[in-house]
Amino acid sequence: MKKRTVTILGWSAVITLAATAFFGIVVTPPDVLQRQYARFLYLHPPMAWVAYLAFGIAAAASILYLWPRTRRMAFDALALACVESGVLFTGLVVVTGSMWAHPVWGTYWVWDARLTATALMFVLFLGYLALRRVGGSPEQVAKRSAIAALVSFIDVPIVHFSVLWWNTLHQGPSVLTPGLSSRGVHGAMAWTMLLSFVAFTLSFAWMVARRMELERLRLGGASRTLEEQLVARRAEGVPA
Amino acid sequence: MLRDAWAVFAKDLRIEAKTRVGLWQVLPFAVIALVTFAFALGPGKSALSAAAAGMCWVGVAFSSVLVVGRSQGIEREHGVRTAQRLAGIDPAGVFLGKTGAVAVQLAVIEAVLGAGAVGLLGYHVHRLWLLLAASVLATIGLAAVGTIYGALTGAARARETLLPMLVLPIVIPVLIAGVRCWQAASVASGPRFGVWLSVLGAFAVIYVAAGVVLYGQIEEVQ
Amino acid sequence: MPGRLEGVEAVDVVQVVALDGGFPVLAGVDFSAPRGSVTAVLGSNGAGKTSLLRTLAGLTSVASGTGQVLGVSVARPERGLVGRVGLLGHDTGCYEDLSPAANLRFLSRILRADPRRADAVLARVGLTGRLGTTAMAELSAGQRRRGALAQLVLRAPELWLLDEPHASLDGDGRALVDSVMEDAASQGMTVVFTSHDPAGAARVADQVCTMAGGVVTDRQDGDRRGPHAA
Repeated sequence: MKKRTVTILGWSAVITLAATAFFGIVVTPPDVLQRQYARFLYLHPPMAWVAYLAFGIAAAASILYLWPRTRRMAFDALALACVESGVLFTGLVVVTGSMWAHPVWGTYWVWDARLTATALMFVLFLGYLALRRVGGSPEQVAKRSAIAALVSFIDVPIVHFSVLWWNTLHQGPSVLTPGLSSRGVHGAMAWTMLLSFVAFTLSFAWMVARRMELERLRLGGASRTLEEQLVARRAEGVPA
Repeated sequence: MLRDAWAVFAKDLRIEAKTRVGLWQVLPFAVIALVTFAFALGPGKSALSAAAAGMCWVGVAFSSVLVVGRSQGIEREHGVRTAQRLAGIDPAGVFLGKTGAVAVQLAVIEAVLGAGAVGLLGYHVHRLWLLLAASVLATIGLAAVGTIYGALTGAARARETLLPMLVLPIVIPVLIAGVRCWQAASVASGPRFGVWLSVLGAFAVIYVAAGVVLYGQIEEVQ
Repeated sequence: MPGRLEGVEAVDVVQVVALDGGFPVLAGVDFSAPRGSVTAVLGSNGAGKTSLLRTLAGLTSVASGTGQVLGVSVARPERGLVGRVGLLGHDTGCYEDLSPAANLRFLSRILRADPRRADAVLARVGLTGRLGTTAMAELSAGQRRRGALAQLVLRAPELWLLDEPHASLDGDGRALVDSVMEDAASQGMTVVFTSHDPAGAARVADQVCTMAGGVVTDRQDGDRRGPHAA
């Protein structure tokens, strides 16, 4: 990606985030039932969207890396950048979810399907990041990570449904209806929510672009000195 | 593929029969885990029998990490993997054979823990077929995921601590479904279990297929 | 027989650079070996001998360089060398908990070979009677080397790569390795081995290469007169 595109992306993210904050805090009214806490609507759902988007892209990039014809180190960097952002956003989703749940549901945590599945996803991809740190050549790390991302990602729907049935078959799904006022989400709130989705997606895209650039420099930095390394290696054979 | 699978399967069980690492190290661990749970939750008989299925499957899930670690350990040492790769062994066959051998060892652990649950924890078996069907499917799923991750972390530093961190979250669906099936099997009629059998079946099919497709690439990481 | 293949290079690579964790273990190697020949590779520790063998086996990723190994591109061997190359490294490549005989039986099932050949191979490497049925872990270093060598004899691959095959062997053992390599070459297979013993290596080799600093620095004819000889 061109440097200018990344800069424009970054500034778009800043502007839309600022606009989301302005509309979310100043313009939109508080909810009848949830009062000020309804403002989590502009924070929590867009973060969850970004988290799932990130893991989805990471899985797609991993498939492209594993497929010999499309194998590029850039796909590995993309998967890494997406998982890192995804883990960050999943963590924020769980934290903001708890902060939202406490005043509204009266508890920080319930073993609800979506919450539990999200938390598990956090742990799954934390494992991916741990696996990346155990060493090997860049190609080894890339291949190992791509397989782990894929194996983790196909677990997400299984986890989701099993946790859903685990919960609903036992205590009924009624506990966790969001509990917003009956008028639901509309008007200024709907527009602000849409804006928040755009803002967080742009931020995510900017983070990924910057992270990929960093990874490219990290890998490229080594090969630039290859010529010098070769000279030094050959010199080992010459008696001093 | 199936010929190589059978050769690897027979070879792994032969090594276990000679060294008895599973019998003398992993099985006692599983039993100790079960007894430890009993001390933590007991001594009330009703609390124990209610938790029996869960205790067994947590024990099996933890043991699976050890069984897989051993199963991959014999391949990792002394350059065996490289030698066989050059000899042209089919990676998918290796995956199936090793998964099968791990599954057999896990089945033994499940049988012992199940017997312990009946004898010590007051667990009743009313529908044996359900218990067996669930155990077979769950075991295949656990063994397949374990073998994939075991091979993937085989060459990694600190693999002993990495493996449980990777395997345990991913097998949560197996744990949930296995426990629900064993609970349903303990009563003559009642709780729905069809959905759980299908979770176990889907998990087993998906990860066996993933292993068959990916194991060649996994071994190249070594 | 070898005469028919004369002049055909089993291995012919130019300016090969191989990296291990970013470090150039091979820094531009030129190396060739005709079919049916025995090549000795000499050089001090860290010269790149093991890396050369691993690269010829398709186990190391090649950063640059051209040429072929058994007709397969050295830069991108993919799975083209699988089943055709044998590498005897410092590891035995055998299951420690199984006996040499059991290891060979397993290998012959993988190769779909006649299981009875395993007995002949064990006799060839001198692991008869009790030695053949004792777990690898309980054998001496020299016996373990023979067990490892047996795997190569059973496989009889087109290209034999042996990393210090004479190490930890007694006089009989060294003579055995030499005669096994000679047999392989006379049947048209190509042998490359590393050594720290210039005189001993030259006796069995058609050519003797010397490595230093990740490159081949010297090549001389050996005493063996294989496909090179007029």
